[in-house]
Amino acid sequence: MTSLYTLTDLSKGYTRGKESITIFEELTMTIPEGDFMAIMGPSGSGKTTLLNLLGGIDRPTSGSVECQGVRVDKLSEGKLAKWRSQNVGFIFQFYNLMPTLTAAQNVELPLLLTGLSGKQRKERVATALDIVGLADRKGHRPRQLSGGQQQRVAIARAIVADPKVLLCDEPTGDLDRKSADEILETLQLLNTDLGKTIVMVTHDPSAAKYARRELHLDKGRFVEQVQEPAQ
Amino acid sequence: MNDLTLIRKNLFRKKLRAILLTLSILIAFFIFTIIGSFNRVLNAGVELAAADRLITMNNSGFTQSLPYAYWGRIQAIEGVRNVSHMSWFGGYYQQPTQVVQTFAVDPETYLAAYPEFLMPDDQRAAFLTQRDCLLVGETLALQYGWSVGDRVPLLSNIWQKTDGSSSWEFDICAIYTASVPEMSTAAAYLNYDYYNEALAFNQDRVGMMVVNTDDPMANDAIANQIDAMFANSTAQTDTATEAAFTQAFINQIGNIGLILVYIIGAAFGIILLIVGTSLVVAISERTREIAVMKTLGFPAPRIFRMVLIESVMLSLVGGLAGVGLATLVLKGLAPVLAAFMPGLVVTPGIFGMALAMMIGFGLITGIGPAMNAHRVRIVDALGKQ
Repeated sequence: MTSLYTLTDLSKGYTRGKESITIFEELTMTIPEGDFMAIMGPSGSGKTTLLNLLGGIDRPTSGSVECQGVRVDKLSEGKLAKWRSQNVGFIFQFYNLMPTLTAAQNVELPLLLTGLSGKQRKERVATALDIVGLADRKGHRPRQLSGGQQQRVAIARAIVADPKVLLCDEPTGDLDRKSADEILETLQLLNTDLGKTIVMVTHDPSAAKYARRELHLDKGRFVEQVQEPAQ
Repeated sequence: MNDLTLIRKNLFRKKLRAILLTLSILIAFFIFTIIGSFNRVLNAGVELAAADRLITMNNSGFTQSLPYAYWGRIQAIEGVRNVSHMSWFGGYYQQPTQVVQTFAVDPETYLAAYPEFLMPDDQRAAFLTQRDCLLVGETLALQYGWSVGDRVPLLSNIWQKTDGSSSWEFDICAIYTASVPEMSTAAAYLNYDYYNEALAFNQDRVGMMVVNTDDPMANDAIANQIDAMFANSTAQTDTATEAAFTQAFINQIGNIGLILVYIIGAAFGIILLIVGTSLVVAISERTREIAVMKTLGFPAPRIFRMVLIESVMLSLVGGLAGVGLATLVLKGLAPVLAAFMPGLVVTPGIFGMALAMMIGFGLITGIGPAMNAHRVRIVDALGKQ
């Protein structure tokens, strides 16, 4: 498989008062295109930080993050924003939908950054909502939807601009088991049928089972476990 | 959906707050429009003043009269095109509460001095030739239901006739309108000769002179010449341009402009603080949403612009509502106050100034919150649950 991400000697730390805290040091890894990777590890191990670095919303202390030949860590803020809008879809634990917008409008949001016409945007939104099984809820506001449905809207928002990679930060952390399984099945579908590369941070071992492989982050190092996708 | 949809939805997401903020701005612009319109009408005299008109009055004040003989002497000064005079009659109709602003004038020179008076030719001719003619303004005629041909008595609370009566009979022979809406049409003008001949006292005196010059550049020189001419007489004169005279008259009421600045300044200052603080809070509440938008790829300058537009939009909604309400109130007041304050309307000038202030107000109150939104760090904002 072609490599999508290449992380080389990646270090990240921060200072709290006079104290310097290292999250990870000289991390080197690749993420192949079409991968579905679950990152697990104890709290504070740097899972979310790693996800932020992959998504270009945080910068490493040293080392490089390269995505298909683009040095993400070197891009200016403006170019990073554009790169994110074209290449990355984000899915958060708490959905982070705009409360004043309907499901369809929330999904349409990333398309405002494209040059698509209103009609084209509408078609894309309908397709994305259809993929996540919420075509009949397009006029509902987030508060009128269940947690699982809100996360489906968030997934539709993440895929509507057809990004290469989906970065999911505890996507099922706020859901019951049944809803969580539905979300994970949807993610799996996006990976197998639509070829989306997915990097998912999770605490939940049963959620990680849906991924092609699990990576355990511990004390700044990865321990990889290859596994078969869940049925 | 576009950026404006987002802005609009954010603006009215908390309806009570949006309504209260809109009301605050509405009140500020309502006050601005009302006071601004009154101020404009009060100062209209200054704007209407012709550049070639001088006013000569008694040096002791406009309540003191001047000898009628000055009329001819001023006329003889080089550079003077026309001289007229006017005397306060102090009239009322039927009862003292029904005041009629009446002046005794020399019809021919007065209409030459003030070309703003419009009337049909036959009525103009009647006013010029008929000694007991009363020229009545359109507003005044409407007020008392007068029309051309009516015979009306006016009583003066100053002047008496030689027969001891204070009642003067006039024939309304002409009704005038004005060529400019700000000019009052609530006054009446009578023939000086008709009035002067019947006066029991103070004959051959006039209230003030109106002097038209050939060249406004020569105004100062002519004014000095007039005052110098009567410097050693019993009735010394004070001559000024019509604009300066009107401004001095307005200033006797008070410095309206300064009062206007204080009132509007205080109102705007307070409302600026309220709206500014509320917007800072509103944007702060949306920090997480702003971070999500940035994560999706919305560039910081675009978010900055959206917040600024939101603030300007709020200002425009409240401001336009305030101007609209003031327009309605002035429309209701205008007929009632037409006699004293003609042309009381919201002019394009006032509207334009209000619009510029709305945009300025929106930018000032929005710049802080917009900068805060611009500065939001995604990692920090999303890290806070």
